[in-house]
Amino acid sequence: MTTAPAERFALRLHKVSKAFGGVQALNKVNFEVRAGEIHCLAGENGCGKSTLIKVVTGVHQPETAELIELFGEKVDRINPVQARQMGVSVIWQDLALFPHMSVAENIAFDSLVGLTPRAVRSRDMMARSKAVLESLGVQLDLAAPLQDLQIAQRQVVAIARALMNDAKLIFMDEPTASLTQSETDRLLDIVRKLSANGVAIVFVSHRLAEVLDIAERVTVVRDGNLVGVYPTAGMTQAHLGELMTGQLIETEVTARDRSDAPTVFAAENLTRHGEFTDVSFQIRAGEVLGLTGLIGAGRTELAHVMMGMRQADGGQMRLNGASYRPSNIRKAIAQGMAYVSEDRLSLGLLQKQPIADNTVISVLRKLTTATGLISERRKAEMVRHWIRELGVKIGSPDDPISTLSGGNQQKVVLAKWLATDPKLLILDSPTVGVDVGARAGIFRIVRALADQGLAILLISDEVTEVMFNADRILHMADGRLVAEYDPRTVTVPELEEHIYA
Amino acid sequence: MRNVLRGYTVELRLAVVLALICIILSFSAPQFATLSNATSLLNNSSVNLIWAVGLLVVLIAGGIDISFAVASSVVQYVAATLLLSIGGGNWLLGFLFCGTLGILLGLLNAWLIHGFRIISIVVTIATFNAFFGLLMYFSRGRNIYGLPDWWTARIFIFEYQNAQGVWSELTLAVGVMVACVVATWLLIQRSNIGRQLYAFGDNPEGARRAGVNIAVMQGVAFGWMGLMAGIAGLMQVNIVKEVVPNALYGRELEVLAAVVLGGARLGGGKGTILGCILGVMFVAITQNGLNLLGVSPFAFQMIIGAAILIAISTSNIDLSQILRRKEVRQ
Amino acid sequence: MTALTERLARLKNGPTSENLGLLVMLAVLVVGFAILSPRFLTAANLGSMGFQMPLLGLLTLAMLAPILSGGLNLAIVYTANVCGLTLAWTLMQFGGAEAGMAAFALGTVLALIVGALSGAVMGAVVAYVGAHPILVSLAMMIFLRGLGEFLTRGGDISGFPDYMRVLGHGSVVGIPVPLILFAVVALAWHVLLRRTPHGFSVYMTGSNQRAAQYAGLDAKRTLVLIYALSGVLCAIAGILMAARFNSVRVGHGEALLLITVLACFLGGIDPFGGHGRVVPVIIALVILQVLSSGLNLIGANQHLATAVWGLFLIAVMVLRSGRLEQMLSLIMRKDK
Repeated sequence: MTTAPAERFALRLHKVSKAFGGVQALNKVNFEVRAGEIHCLAGENGCGKSTLIKVVTGVHQPETAELIELFGEKVDRINPVQARQMGVSVIWQDLALFPHMSVAENIAFDSLVGLTPRAVRSRDMMARSKAVLESLGVQLDLAAPLQDLQIAQRQVVAIARALMNDAKLIFMDEPTASLTQSETDRLLDIVRKLSANGVAIVFVSHRLAEVLDIAERVTVVRDGNLVGVYPTAGMTQAHLGELMTGQLIETEVTARDRSDAPTVFAAENLTRHGEFTDVSFQIRAGEVLGLTGLIGAGRTELAHVMMGMRQADGGQMRLNGASYRPSNIRKAIAQGMAYVSEDRLSLGLLQKQPIADNTVISVLRKLTTATGLISERRKAEMVRHWIRELGVKIGSPDDPISTLSGGNQQKVVLAKWLATDPKLLILDSPTVGVDVGARAGIFRIVRALADQGLAILLISDEVTEVMFNADRILHMADGRLVAEYDPRTVTVPELEEHIYA
Repeated sequence: MRNVLRGYTVELRLAVVLALICIILSFSAPQFATLSNATSLLNNSSVNLIWAVGLLVVLIAGGIDISFAVASSVVQYVAATLLLSIGGGNWLLGFLFCGTLGILLGLLNAWLIHGFRIISIVVTIATFNAFFGLLMYFSRGRNIYGLPDWWTARIFIFEYQNAQGVWSELTLAVGVMVACVVATWLLIQRSNIGRQLYAFGDNPEGARRAGVNIAVMQGVAFGWMGLMAGIAGLMQVNIVKEVVPNALYGRELEVLAAVVLGGARLGGGKGTILGCILGVMFVAITQNGLNLLGVSPFAFQMIIGAAILIAISTSNIDLSQILRRKEVRQ
Repeated sequence: MTALTERLARLKNGPTSENLGLLVMLAVLVVGFAILSPRFLTAANLGSMGFQMPLLGLLTLAMLAPILSGGLNLAIVYTANVCGLTLAWTLMQFGGAEAGMAAFALGTVLALIVGALSGAVMGAVVAYVGAHPILVSLAMMIFLRGLGEFLTRGGDISGFPDYMRVLGHGSVVGIPVPLILFAVVALAWHVLLRRTPHGFSVYMTGSNQRAAQYAGLDAKRTLVLIYALSGVLCAIAGILMAARFNSVRVGHGEALLLITVLACFLGGIDPFGGHGRVVPVIIALVILQVLSSGLNLIGANQHLATAVWGLFLIAVMVLRSGRLEQMLSLIMRKDK
């Protein structure tokens, strides 16, 4: 490790420990960020990343710490206000912004905080927010309520807000989790610009590709312990994944030729104005069809039309040879369609409801007896069956689903749809917020389902995900299908080149 | 122009509807568009408006209050008893007593809400029953008549007699109402405290992480509501000249309906003074118009209820989206 | 060992503990009042409690279901009033006190239809317009009150056939008829909510409407139906009210509106919807009735009982929040 002089570090933590109840969230972890550096903090969910951020920002106090040093200054205790004044900012994954307030107010909000009454100078706030946005090379409507902005733009607002506080060290918690590749690229450009201006950035991310792309060094944490600090030059995704999970991740092309299998679903010249045009494709039994592309490409919109949540303006669909035009999602489900939404937290599951209820929600009819009542026995049996089948790790089926990890939640989503006995399963970005280790488990299930003859449409903007899990890859751009690739004859760099060029 | 209006869609729509109603009434009821009718409308709405701006602050901060009207009754009763016991007092003491008592009742709500993390609808329904029950128990439901002269005196801040000899007057209550409205506007639009209230109502966790003092915010919101309830109680006595323990019981829901109709969001983070005034005046003008048109008073409530139902059924239809769909299709 | 602690934890947090806590409170109150007043545990007092509680009970159940679906129905009392008017008006058409059973049956059916319709309108506005249930039901409340006042000119309608007295004041083997009616409705409500697909859908819709729709539930139909059913319960309450008071007046039972919300919260219903059961709400209702009757017996009036209901809810919520212990321990530590 380098031994640069102390003032060159934005942050130094030595042997920091923190426990919650009996769980050691951090165990003598060292963490150092150089001034102006882009540093990545990598690790699976629950590895201690968030706890580390909360210690640095003073949300949690560590039990023991040999050294806490910010910008060359030794500190005994950090409190949130002090951390912010010293130049530490955190951009949380949920952004912690205010949807109904204006963009300018969101950017300048921290100047409003405090209990000393004073007048609000809107014009001044406008001018200062505008200046910060200009320094980032971004233009936004400052008077618009934040909720009118896209998620990527809100991310920029959050960065601008951090810069308003003269941040010299910015933590970004999963900033790209809900961004597509092109938006991510734009965000990464901004991050590089900040770094060039001397702002240190700590990037917390699941996405190995972008971690390696942007960071200079990566600190890996696992189960509250420091695994090590590595330069990103020469590091491969597979190796980093291994360090994070402690297990080997297979990345091999699993594509097979299914062209002799019967067609399950076909779209012919499907069009919805302003969203997608002339989309034609087929999915065969037992086939995993990958669909990838940038945001605005119309992927999710296409899935919504297939599920009857929106209506097509032109073209037609066929399901098992018969004409198919569902007027709502219930009719689509009744005909054998299933849809794993990209937004598991608010749309895919009912987070506060029991695991059991989330599992059976789409198949109530199968559980009702002749009296019209739900059979508790059948319900329990079905829940037990699927939990065993998919290897979901749960305490009690009556616990709220929110108590499960992302990977286990996604397995329950799969169970819910498999219980409907679908013919076609649409997976829309199924690994958002799911650990690297757990992703493999989900795709093992997907592969097994395909082997049993289920047709699967896998929508993802992570090229590697479709590359290693799909049988064929469709590329969608600006609402049109522009190309088809065979994972066995194309390489990841080639595919990325085509999609991001 | 579009930018300016964007934040005010509900208000704009309500203003248009209200303007239409006013135009129709001006033609069909000759007395409607007269100064004396306008002043009497304001006189009759002043107490509701004072409550409404107080409630607006609570709604913006993400809370709800059911107890304020009953709180006004408690304040009236206690203040009257105290003032009579010290020999009558004066306006200054009246404002001081009523304001303080109102704030205390509001802070009690805030303390229960924040101190024990109970949501505001539960707390204020409980305090609504507690306030009212205790008031009725201790007052035995008896009115207080012999109030100090200053309190029951008619005070006009504006008087005008037209050629036909008809008087138009604005009472003190209107002046106090205007002061309350302006003060609330300053608080929520022009002070950092108010902007923190919006932020807290909009995203409580985000506000907490930004360092907004949540306890103080709850205190300010419910304390302000309490202050308004105290002042409303004071002015209502000035109008009716007696303290009737159960006179204000049941008024809370109508005020709530008017404020929410004016665009305040149940759930917090959104709402304006303008919308709040429009909401209250929508109800008041409709009632006034029906009266002038000679409709049976028994039908007023029915028509107002139906009008609100129609208003909300149409207000959530997003015209801009329908227009955008058309653009796309072309 | 861990299995045991787990089971204990589940017992502590599960619905059983909710019932247990409320039952303990009920027992304490009953014992307390029995000691304070010898008349408390007499057949006469228990009987009068059995006649009083069902009205509040029915209205509370009518409030419960919309809360579970993530809303509120502030129109319950006036829905009940207008349904009562419907019955009264039908009876008047057939001779008032002389009206036959058939007229009563017809009036009942009409009342149920009126209740269901007014509920369905609210449900439809909530579901299809997306307006906030508080505002929708408030508007409906103002409308129905106005409608009732318009029709009755603020007066009341009285003079019903004698057989209606059985409904309001009769007993079967010593059990008040209203209590039997309430028990039947409560059982039906429990089964509807906990065991039918529709009830399941109510809980899911109340928890997260869009997610419920994504899972294939017809959340909008669920909302229309549950508000309509709430209206039907209001109609039953309205008929019972007519039978008990032998008259119908708009405004009867007005004070019960917010008490029903109080009872729901006391019974552990989640104000945000999606969680809560019928049984603890019934225990909560019994507690409220015991408080009211007990206080009455020791010389207090209904107003004091109302205040005590409010204070009792605060006390229970404070205890449930678990923050009291935290605060006390903080104070204790400071003292040391």
